[in-house]
Amino acid sequence: MYLADSRTAPGVPDTAGRAPSPGRRAAVPATVLALGTVSLVTDVSSEMVTAVLPLYLVAELGLSPLGFGFLDGIHNGVSALVRLVGGRFADRGPGGHKAVAAAGYGLSALCKPLLLVVHSVPLIGAVLAADRTGKGLRTAPRDAMISLACAPDGRGRAFGVHRAMDTAGALLGPLTAFLILRAAAGGYDAVFTVSGCVAVLGVLVLLLFVPGRAASRGHRTPAGKAPLRAVSRRPEVRRLTVCAALLGLTTVSDSFLYLTLQRRLDLSEAWFPLLPLGTATTFLLLAVPLGAVADRFGRRRLFLCGHLALLGAYAVLLVPLGDSPVLLWPALALHGGFYAATDGVLAAATADAVPEAVRGSGLAVVQTGQAAARFVCSLAFGAAWTAWGDRTALAAAAAGLAVSAAVSALLLRPAEPLPADGPPAPVR
Amino acid sequence: MNLKNRLLILVAAVLVLGGVALAATLHAAGRAAEKDRARPGGPRVSRGEVVLDAPGRSVFRNMAWGPHRDEIASVPAADPAGPRTSSGVRCLRFHSAGGTGICLQAVHGGLRDGYRAVVLDARLRELRRYDLAGVPTRARVSPSGRSVAWTVFVSGDSYAGTDFSTRTSVLDLGSRTLDRNLEDYRFFLDGRLHKAADINVWGVTFADDTHFYATLATGGRTHLVRGDRTDRTLRSLHSNVECPSLSPDGTRIAYKKRVGGAPDDAPWRLYVLDLGTLRETATAERRNIDDQVVWRDGHTLVYALPGDYGSDLWSVPADGSGSPRVTMPAALAPAFTG
Repeated sequence: MYLADSRTAPGVPDTAGRAPSPGRRAAVPATVLALGTVSLVTDVSSEMVTAVLPLYLVAELGLSPLGFGFLDGIHNGVSALVRLVGGRFADRGPGGHKAVAAAGYGLSALCKPLLLVVHSVPLIGAVLAADRTGKGLRTAPRDAMISLACAPDGRGRAFGVHRAMDTAGALLGPLTAFLILRAAAGGYDAVFTVSGCVAVLGVLVLLLFVPGRAASRGHRTPAGKAPLRAVSRRPEVRRLTVCAALLGLTTVSDSFLYLTLQRRLDLSEAWFPLLPLGTATTFLLLAVPLGAVADRFGRRRLFLCGHLALLGAYAVLLVPLGDSPVLLWPALALHGGFYAATDGVLAAATADAVPEAVRGSGLAVVQTGQAAARFVCSLAFGAAWTAWGDRTALAAAAAGLAVSAAVSALLLRPAEPLPADGPPAPVR
Repeated sequence: MNLKNRLLILVAAVLVLGGVALAATLHAAGRAAEKDRARPGGPRVSRGEVVLDAPGRSVFRNMAWGPHRDEIASVPAADPAGPRTSSGVRCLRFHSAGGTGICLQAVHGGLRDGYRAVVLDARLRELRRYDLAGVPTRARVSPSGRSVAWTVFVSGDSYAGTDFSTRTSVLDLGSRTLDRNLEDYRFFLDGRLHKAADINVWGVTFADDTHFYATLATGGRTHLVRGDRTDRTLRSLHSNVECPSLSPDGTRIAYKKRVGGAPDDAPWRLYVLDLGTLRETATAERRNIDDQVVWRDGHTLVYALPGDYGSDLWSVPADGSGSPRVTMPAALAPAFTG
């Protein structure tokens, strides 16, 4: 195990684990691999269900799934609140992170067998809402555990490994579901049962292989009475939250981006379900290398560069380059690269700015700020699309993103160069 | 606990959970195999020629277990319980009129399923095919057989959450032009041009080759709209109307209405709207209906409800009288030839 406190430990390898040889980078800590496995397994489980749900509702139950659309807005709000609660409770003492994460993963696992017994849109919607509540609960404590398990100079790569494993699970899930349906036509109950078994396995891996006291160096004090307030008083956290929210306000949601892409390149409708696969594959391939780059180049700097990749994706859709379907590839590559350079990297950057005792709360605050801003962006982009058309709306988003990136570059600059609180870079 | 014990627990759990998962899959596979054998007492189905222009027939998706499950089959309209003739063409959704058929079917790919719309001639030969973006849900042909419409649900992507949306396309077989997404039409709400990003259109029913009715949802409300292919417009006529179905004489619309006081998980009742007076009539069917109704003639509505084989066809008078009755067990998506 490779433990360190970002503020007090000068990157001394923990003697409890394999100490890396001097001048070389440590291997990814076992805790991170264990958490990555939990995420991979859990994502296989949840994406199995997501992939077959419409077909199940329409072809098997004879229902129309449109009712879900009405519930979606409420779910988004609840999920953001739950995330803050999860982060706050996780900081309440030794073992808190693992306990809250286990509750979150456990809740989601319980939801899978429930799908076997509910047969109407609102009830299925309620089960999915509970599933998302579990997701909201576990995210911040899980990221806190990842950050606490590795040395500050390896955090970017550790988060990259975790996000890559997570995405691999998301890609494997639908594949598993369709293999089951191939073996058993109409076997949706089998899909839900298998999904439940896989989810239980995820919880078990968490319970068995993730250490309960991630920060067991002895000097970790439980968070005070109001960790969320304490966290939001820290200027570094504030700056990071403001930037994440600012950039989130101009991050056009995936579905809008794919819709613009499809219209712009006049793609056949049949391509539509494949577009997220392009993004996810790029994310999978780039998450680890970009995480490692973040460790050397600076996490905040890479976070900004990731948004420049997003700006590049907007540009591909805006600049008149013809409408050859070949443009699909750079657009999706930039979009996947954006996720690879920002998703885990933001968590790593947040860990740099938040002391160990309130790590869960800090991660929850920054991530909730980002998520809420993206939700607002979705609403605003929808309105702009309606008022001005998709091209103008996207141009506005691109302009906004450029400004946000410039402001963020100014706001985040004083904390550079990295590592401010990590070990000195190895001498070459 | 040391590592060895933890690994032992993990291995034991993998064995148990793997066993449960395998048993569930084998059970489902066995049941699927059973569905390939005809069940005693179920409808008799045999392979034969199905045509779409022979008068007095009912053509539908056969849901009865056996080798012809999910194939388009036909019976005399006067004897719906009689022996079925099955065509060998498999469809999830089907409709036909004027000697043209539309079949929305699954294409079993290597890594994931795809879907396509296949336009069929009167002998069920493929005329044209189009790849679809999602799971098929509604299909209709215009009375003359020259225009075709279909609706799919788009969703199921990793990052899309539970937000479903629809795509409805209209195809003119004469000019071979395809309007891929009716959301591109201009929408007039109570006579005023209304723009919104959240518009969804589904459930087309044709008046003639260029005019149709459909459901349009925006801002959490559903509207009955009249569509015109020539000037690419949708105009609202009435609200709280889903999955309209136009009567043969073109004067009434049968539809799903979301009613107050009904349970949340079963909100839709079957109503008929008089287009001249906009007067609504509740039918004698009191159960929840989630289907696009078909008019068997000027007086009778036919619709699907869940049943032993997945789906049965029921009928009820359109004028609010009488009571619902099963007309054809183990069937879905019917069409009646002239």
